[in-house]
Amino acid sequence: MKRPSAITLVTFLLAGLFAIPVVTVVAHLFYPATDTWAHLVDTVLASYIQNSLWLIIAVGAGTLVIGAGTAWLVTMCRFPLRAGFEWALILPLAVPSYVIAYAYTDFFQFAGPFQQAIRELMGWGMQEFRLPNIRSLGGAMIVFTLVLFPYVYLIARTAFLQQSVSVLEVSRSLGASPRQAFFRVALPLARPALAAGVALALMETLADFGAVSYFGVPTFTTGIYRAWFSMGDKIAAAQLSTLLLVFVALLLSLEAWSRRKRRYHHTTGQYRRLKRFELRGWRAGAATLACGLPVFLGFVLPALILANLAIGAGDGQITARYLGLVRNTLTLGLLTAALAVPVALLVAYAMRRRGGLAITAAGRIAGLGYAIPGSIIAVGVLIPFAAFDNMLDGLARQWFGISTGLLLTGSILALVFAYLVRFLSVALQTTEAGLQKITPSMDAAAATLGAGPGRTLLRVHAPLLKGSLLTAYLLVLVDVMKELPATLIMRPFNFDTLAVQAHNLASDERLAEAALPALTIVLVGLVPVILLSRIVARSRPGEDAAAPAGGGTERVTIVTG
Amino acid sequence: MANSYVRLTSIFTACLVVALLVVAADSGTARAQEQVLNLYSSRHYQTDDALYADFTRQTGIVINRLEADGSALLERLKNEGENSPADILITVDVGRLWAAESAGLFGAVDSEILNQRIPAHLRHPDGLWFGFSTRARVIVYNRDLVDPAELTRYEDLANPKWRGQICIRSSGNIYNLSLLAGMIAHMGAEAAEEWARGVVANFARDPQGGDTDQIRSVASGECSIGLANTYYYARLLLSEEERDKQVIARTGVIFPNQDDRGTHVNISGAGMIASAPNRENAVRFLEYLASDTAQRYFADGNNEYPVVESLLDSPALEQMGAFKADEINVSVSGVNQAEAQRVFDRAGWK
Repeated sequence: MKRPSAITLVTFLLAGLFAIPVVTVVAHLFYPATDTWAHLVDTVLASYIQNSLWLIIAVGAGTLVIGAGTAWLVTMCRFPLRAGFEWALILPLAVPSYVIAYAYTDFFQFAGPFQQAIRELMGWGMQEFRLPNIRSLGGAMIVFTLVLFPYVYLIARTAFLQQSVSVLEVSRSLGASPRQAFFRVALPLARPALAAGVALALMETLADFGAVSYFGVPTFTTGIYRAWFSMGDKIAAAQLSTLLLVFVALLLSLEAWSRRKRRYHHTTGQYRRLKRFELRGWRAGAATLACGLPVFLGFVLPALILANLAIGAGDGQITARYLGLVRNTLTLGLLTAALAVPVALLVAYAMRRRGGLAITAAGRIAGLGYAIPGSIIAVGVLIPFAAFDNMLDGLARQWFGISTGLLLTGSILALVFAYLVRFLSVALQTTEAGLQKITPSMDAAAATLGAGPGRTLLRVHAPLLKGSLLTAYLLVLVDVMKELPATLIMRPFNFDTLAVQAHNLASDERLAEAALPALTIVLVGLVPVILLSRIVARSRPGEDAAAPAGGGTERVTIVTG
Repeated sequence: MANSYVRLTSIFTACLVVALLVVAADSGTARAQEQVLNLYSSRHYQTDDALYADFTRQTGIVINRLEADGSALLERLKNEGENSPADILITVDVGRLWAAESAGLFGAVDSEILNQRIPAHLRHPDGLWFGFSTRARVIVYNRDLVDPAELTRYEDLANPKWRGQICIRSSGNIYNLSLLAGMIAHMGAEAAEEWARGVVANFARDPQGGDTDQIRSVASGECSIGLANTYYYARLLLSEEERDKQVIARTGVIFPNQDDRGTHVNISGAGMIASAPNRENAVRFLEYLASDTAQRYFADGNNEYPVVESLLDSPALEQMGAFKADEINVSVSGVNQAEAQRVFDRAGWK
């Protein structure tokens, strides 16, 4: 057998490190059992499972259809406003699900302005007109789909862009219609990428606490919270968490199983500037609508509602403290993202190179944190870190007579570690999807030319992966800036973020004042999101060569001319 | 090709360096010489900023704050153990005070000022924790749809006559848990479950949102009866906004059980952490919270009932009127909390 390389060893080490919080939580299973489990089975477990399943099905289908559909439209077709939608479709990513939940509830609820306005307009009484309640399972499905579809869109679009045109042209010359080219060629080729995107959206859905608890929809996550925090039963919480993990593992392996031995690689590197299908008449209108509606509902409308609330709350909200919140939020995001990408690259690379069961499992375990609610991760980090700190303090007192206090607990380091555990999966999935596009023959060629694995990574893969890595970086950045529960528990003294401030105000039921920090999360998140869309647009091989720096201007001329 | 890789690496490195510098600059400002007080608080009221600022102004002691959900803070305290920097834990419900007490987190404080100013039933007999303000859980009703004479006790909420009319938040909410925990103490778990079932049968919709949402729904006519903490109602009472004035015009408040055990009240209170590194400052802070100035902040700023009774004259509190509070030993809320969650689950209260 081959000696494991340094990369493999480091990967096992990292996977072990990132598995600590998850293992800590699951380890509570081995404590003496309580009767809470029987109580849960008797009463609420069925509704947890049912609601979570419905959410998965609806959000999975919704994000797949919207994400892949719009990605295909803006990449392969030409219709009014296409260039704008290309980046605008990513915008909903900047809106945290709990924020859109607050905004939509305020706007659409029975007593809210939307229904009131309709009643006044039509002269209906209070009891004569009511819309279905937004705070319901259906509302949660809609809200999650609206803010999570960009995960699928982003990864799908990268995949479509990187598909060699010649593959598509061959399909066309063999008599395939644009539709068939999409369903029979592009979609199957993009399958690993689509699966990765949907997996991200679903894991985010399962781990969400803010939106579902606000909507009063009991899921696994709200159940874990109740078991741990209302009933004080860690063991029952661990049992639920484990069940949730099994759920996710099943989900992930289902896709891998259905793909089985099939591999999706391009065998050609022939790239040319894309020729888009021209859409006309109602088709063009439908395409514009199909792209416009998700952007409007997922970003424009919630942002407008928040802006309206924020303006209503008055001036004097932008203080030094507020600027400090922005700085803290950015610091945490940048720091975590800068660490997540190299780690993800390393792990994904090791998984691809060795491909063995052990390393794949290690990689999957390292990414499991994404499906676990943030506060559970936080407690999972807190327990071993505090134990380590206290042990170290004990030793230091014993040996040197000094107290080290708590070194890690309550530090930014511990918080960033919790983020990494939680969000490594985002970087990992994106990097892996990027690696899929690098054919084994490229590796073979590099090896033939005498390059070792490290050199191949640096000189061949990294440049090809540039788009994926930046996507990973920016996704983690945005995710961290939106994160709430882990930040609440783990942050140092006097260290608040925008999400924390928005949450504090919202839990004090001051929605109008919470609007400004919430809106700021969205706006700060916009910067990386816009960067993201620019990078992805330029990451297409062949696009660079055909249209160097002047590409943008050229397009503008066409539009205005 | 290699060029773009170099560029990529330098972007990452630059971000990392900038972030690390910011972090370093942050920790560099740690004030070594200053008197400090480290506060873990689950109070989430914006008006508290003024309270803490006033304490610092009076004493020169700088407050370091960590605000989070009560159970999260407890979890952090338990794990940090002896080395925790925390001096004081503040909670918004007596259940968590009890949980902290039974986990051995609090150290005893013997202060004449505190014993004198705070009524005995609102503090721990050994000085492990002290209540500083109370809030009542009241019934809010729609004036057009409900005759308040028919709704005088919590028990009445289970009356089938209110079928499809009650709006309330979820059972995981600590204020509902405390209320039910109190009812379990009064009538036993079985009767409490019966009651919960009756209320669930009267739901106008699945439990959702916060207390203010329930009040608004009652005003809009989506339902006719809701439950809310007094300060949320008082906040609307004082609001200058037209939308809020309408809500107040359409709704009324009932303090339940005035002819028997009294209305359920919860406590926002605090205790000194047993391992507190700044003990003197901690005691000074607790005594400050019982002072007239601090009590006024609770009453006028956040419309909570001050524990120092001579100060019950803030405008909103006066407008809602005096009431008889349930004086059952407040610790039962803590003891019965887990049981309360189970009863809610069995009754189908989401």
